[in-house]
This record gives sequence, structure tokens and C-alpha cells, in this order.
Amino acid sequence: MKTTKKIRVLIAKPGLDGHDKGAKIVCLALRDAGMEVIYSGLHQTLDQIIQTATEEAVDVIGLSIMSGAHLPICEKLLAMMKEKGLDDIHLTVGGVIPYQDIPQLKEMGVAQVFPGGVSFEHIVTGINALETGEK
Amino acid sequence: MGVAKYIKDEKGAIQEVTYQSGIKVKSSYGPEDLEKAGFEYDKDLGQPGEYPFTRSLHPLSYRSRAWTTRQYTGFGTPAETNERFKLMIKNGQNGLNVAFDLPTQMGYDSDHPLAQGEVGRVGMAIDSLKDFETAFAGIPLDKIGSGLTINAVATIMMAMYQATAEKFGYSKNQISTTPQNDILKEMIGRGAWIFPVEHGVRLVGDSIEYAVKELPRSNPVSLCGYHIRESGATPAQEIAYAFSIAKDYIANVTQRGIKPEDFVGRFSFNFNVYGNLWEQIAKFRAARKLWAIMLKEEYGVTDKKKLFLRGLFGGGGSGLTKEQPENNIMRSAYYALGAALSGAQTTALCSFDEAYTIPTPRSALLSLRTLEMLMDEVGLRDTVDPLAGSYFIETLTLEMEEKILEEMKDVEKWGGMTKAISSGFIQRKISAQAYKYEKGLQSGEYKKVGLNQSTEDGEAEKTDVELHEYNEEWAEKSKANLKELKRTRNDQEVSQSLAALEKAARGSDNVMPHLVKCCHAYATVGEMAGVFREVFGEWNEPDFY
Repeated sequence: MKTTKKIRVLIAKPGLDGHDKGAKIVCLALRDAGMEVIYSGLHQTLDQIIQTATEEAVDVIGLSIMSGAHLPICEKLLAMMKEKGLDDIHLTVGGVIPYQDIPQLKEMGVAQVFPGGVSFEHIVTGINALETGEK
Repeated sequence: MGVAKYIKDEKGAIQEVTYQSGIKVKSSYGPEDLEKAGFEYDKDLGQPGEYPFTRSLHPLSYRSRAWTTRQYTGFGTPAETNERFKLMIKNGQNGLNVAFDLPTQMGYDSDHPLAQGEVGRVGMAIDSLKDFETAFAGIPLDKIGSGLTINAVATIMMAMYQATAEKFGYSKNQISTTPQNDILKEMIGRGAWIFPVEHGVRLVGDSIEYAVKELPRSNPVSLCGYHIRESGATPAQEIAYAFSIAKDYIANVTQRGIKPEDFVGRFSFNFNVYGNLWEQIAKFRAARKLWAIMLKEEYGVTDKKKLFLRGLFGGGGSGLTKEQPENNIMRSAYYALGAALSGAQTTALCSFDEAYTIPTPRSALLSLRTLEMLMDEVGLRDTVDPLAGSYFIETLTLEMEEKILEEMKDVEKWGGMTKAISSGFIQRKISAQAYKYEKGLQSGEYKKVGLNQSTEDGEAEKTDVELHEYNEEWAEKSKANLKELKRTRNDQEVSQSLAALEKAARGSDNVMPHLVKCCHAYATVGEMAGVFREVFGEWNEPDFY
């Protein structure tokens, strides 16, 4: 890592889905990797996520979505981030995400996609790369 | 998630096996192991269908009746779901297990801003009785029982089911429904909670009290160790935590002056079958026995049938992999074998494509066929509890009992389950375990075919299985139906019934009869849940760090 500053990550559960095992274990893994992790808790509106991300001055937002609604949620959140001038925050998403949806997510501006089953190492490396610009 | 832990020597021979519940397994077992464990035939095993029911609930078990199959079903609008229900019934399924979409589970109507993108996605969208009438049209509600996978608003769906049956001309004495209705487990895992703990438990209590008095064939609560296990609990914790939750519900209902004898027979369970085969079998045998002993000795229940641990033992989704998805067909078949060897009364499997999305008709039918093969083709109906008397299985069952009791004692130390959940203690414990297992899986400490062994190049990128697709039109259709309903229903009846509901919710009257009236008046789920939100408020999840 080129930077010595700790990366601040908001792991957020948008919407109504309550399956939080994945989000929670990713929080623990990122923390063990030396990042500062904020967990949003369940049932967050996108406004709440934007607010927490702003207040906590995070570098990365990691959404955890299991319901299949990742495309509309990411699209809307990216638009809101742009509107609020939060373009410098990287948006990543993980959860039950079919591989065929990854190109579309990337195209709309999601920086990294971590479908269920990828390793913690892969997630940590992916997030580190965003912050050091080694995409 | 991985299963047992194996220590091997340099030649690959197994030196040590430890199950998730913490039990070490020997290379072989004999009579001395049973003796050491204090095994007594009458006390620990007994005849099939006799107390403590280690072997089975009924003397002839599958000989008299094969298991009930209940695949979890529901998506889109009620019309799509009705079609799928009929397909499953036509193909031999004999019970329903209804999936609701997230807005319905969280008490929002299809036109609520928070419902956007979720209507009909993970289950069917229900706004009012009109939708239930469509979903259950042509289903013989006096013959087919329905599990309703709903928790925070289970009271509303139970009322909806009764109102639908009444509309169709059945009496409430004829229908059988099992709402999941286990709010404490939602707070540990799965997360579809709304109201604060004490109000959530009160609603569970209301539904039990109502079922005891008004719905003789219905089972108001299905205690779900299943989701607790999916969230990272060990098999022993799965059973222990479900029992500890049951104790808190029992306490709520007995406070109303109802004796345990009069309602515990209505409890059912939903447990998970994934992981090590032997550990699962021992778990179910131990659970049947401990439940019966607990009800008899702690709660003074005497009627034999009320001591039954009845329930669905189903294949767990956590065991399935995204990688090499067809492997899940075989994997689920082994889980089903475990359920059959455990004497599961009711069962269901996650279908092989569920690591991606909800199942297609083809994959749902494959699950059903898998279950049929065990009963009708390979001989699982031949004799009751075929593993009884095995030195290994009987020893393991006794060891599992000990582990379950230890975990229950732990919960008591924390002040009971409600307290352990309110403080977040149990959620933190389970998350830490889940993290540890996941790391073990990623490091290869636990073996998983297709995931960390026997993997194929480029596997991660390819999905050549056909997947269920979400249709945006379902949301539009639901919203249009809702608009039409609001235009045509009798507003005065709606507001009067909702006002009566609010009064009951604020006081101590049982909310159920009021909910049935609201449903008949075509009040919406969002309106009824809105009353509860207003009166009870919402739960603040404890921090998990």
C-alpha cells in the first residue's frame, strides 16, 4: 500500500433484506485487514446510507444485497452520490449477484463487485487497490 | 460453510475428527462406549412412538405415512404464485410453504417508496385479502395445509388466511396454517423484524392464544433453529437457541392464564439439515427427546401428543455453492437422506439454483423428485429409525444432548434469550463463529467440493444454468391492483376496523380478532402494520461490534 492512512469503509445493508451474515463477516475481515469499518445495521434507506457515508467521511461504501435488487439499488445510489458531490467515494457491492450482472454494474460506475463466494483476501485486495489507484 | 474439522497425518489418514458442536469422533464404537455414556434402552431410546420419542413420534413412522413435502414457493403477483402452487400440488406436493416478498414481510404495501425494486422479487406480493383470494384460488384449504413464511407481521397473515378461507366457504375449524411467526429468531438471523422485542413477543403470544381458542388445526408458531444455524450457529446451538426462544414464548402465554398443556402441542419447528450427516441425525434424535423431557418435567405436560417435536427438517441453503451449481443437486440429496434417516415429518430442499436466485419450475420439481426417490425408490420407508442401536449413533445422540443442554444453560446465564438478543450478545457470538468458519473454508481447513477442492478453471465466471427472472411488470400490476382496491372498497369499514385494531394494540386485548375484521374490510397489510408501527415503534438493533 502506498498510503499510510487507514481506509474507512461503510458496510451497508440497503433496503428491506435482513440477511446480514455476509455483511457482518466482511466487516470483521476488513477490520482484521487494518481498515476502519462502520456497519450501518439493517433496513437502511439510501438517504441514510449517504448520510452515514458523509458523516463518517468514508472512502468506500460496500453494499451487501441478497434480494436480487442490486441493479436498481446501485443505479439509484450512484445517482444520489453524484448529486451530493460524493463522486470520490468508491461504491462496491457484494452478495447474491449473478456473474452476468457484473459488466452492467461496472458500466454504471460500481468500482468493484464481490459476488458471494469470493475470498476475504480478494475483497481486501480489491478495496486496497481502489484507494491506491491500482485498479 | 464447512462442516467437521479433520486432522490428517502426512499420508492423508484421518487422525482426529471434531464436529461443529464440539464433539470428537472415534475411529470406531462398541458396547463399551454406550456403557460409558450411561445408555439405557428404556430411558434413552424406547419403542418407536413412545416417550421420549428419540426414535420417532409415531409407532410406524414412514410405514404409515411418508413425509410431507413443502417446497418454499412464491414470487411475483399472487396469480403467478397460484399457478406455481398448483404445479407443485399436481406434481405430488402435499403441503404449501408460502414465500412472501420483502415489502410484505416488512409490512409495506407495493406502492411504498421502500418497496421499490422489491415487489414480487423474493416471494409473492400481498397487499390485501384480494391478493390472498387470488393466491389460494382453487386450493383445497381443508386438505392442504399452508406454512406461511412470515414473522414480524405473522398475525396479519394468519388473519388473512382465516379471512380467505371464510370467503371460500370453509370454517376456521377446517383450515390448517403454520405461520413462521418466530420473531426472536429474526432478530438473531434473517432480519425481517420491525417492532421492539417486547411488542414482537406480545404479538406471538396473541397469535398463540388466538389459535388455542379459535383455530383448532393451526400451529401458530414454527420455531426456526434453521435461520439461526444459517447465521453461524453450530447444530447444538441451533436446537438450544430454538428451545430457549420457545421458553420465552411459553412464559408470555402462561402469563395470560393459559396452561402449557393447552398450547405447547401447537408449536412446530423448522430445523436445518446441512453439514455432517451423522451430526445432523444425532441432533434430531436428541432434539426430539430433550423437547419431550423438557415439556414433561419443567412444564408438567402430560398428554403424549403434546410432547411431540413436530416440524420441518429441511436442506440448508448455506450448504449450497455458487460454483459448479449442479453439484447442489447431489448435495441436497444427501441432506434429504439425513432428514429421512432422522425421521423428519415434513421436509423441503433448497433447489440447486438458489445460490443465485429463487428456483425455476424445473429446479423446484427436481427437489421434489429427490424427496420422492428416498421414500418410494430406495427404501427409507421400510423400517422405523433404521440407525437405532448403532453404537456410534446412540453415543453421538447422548453427546449431542449434553452439548444442547450446555448451550441452553449458557443462555440462562445471559438472563434468557430475550435479554441475550436485546443486548446483541448472541448476534455477536454467532457472527464471530460465522467469520471463523468462513475463514476455515477459504483456507481449505474445511473441505467443500467445487469450492476449495475439485475446482475447475474459469468456473467462477460461468453460469450455464437457466435462472428465474424477475419481471418489472409485477410491481406495476400490484400497484394498479392496489389502486383499484382503494377506489372500490368501503372506506368507512376500513377506518373503523383499523381504529378498533389500534385500540387493541394500545391496550391488552388480543389483536387477532380485530385483524380478521380488518382483512375482511380489505384494509391493506401496510395499513395494519402501520397501526402497529405507530403504537409499538420500531426496534433499534444493538451494535454488533
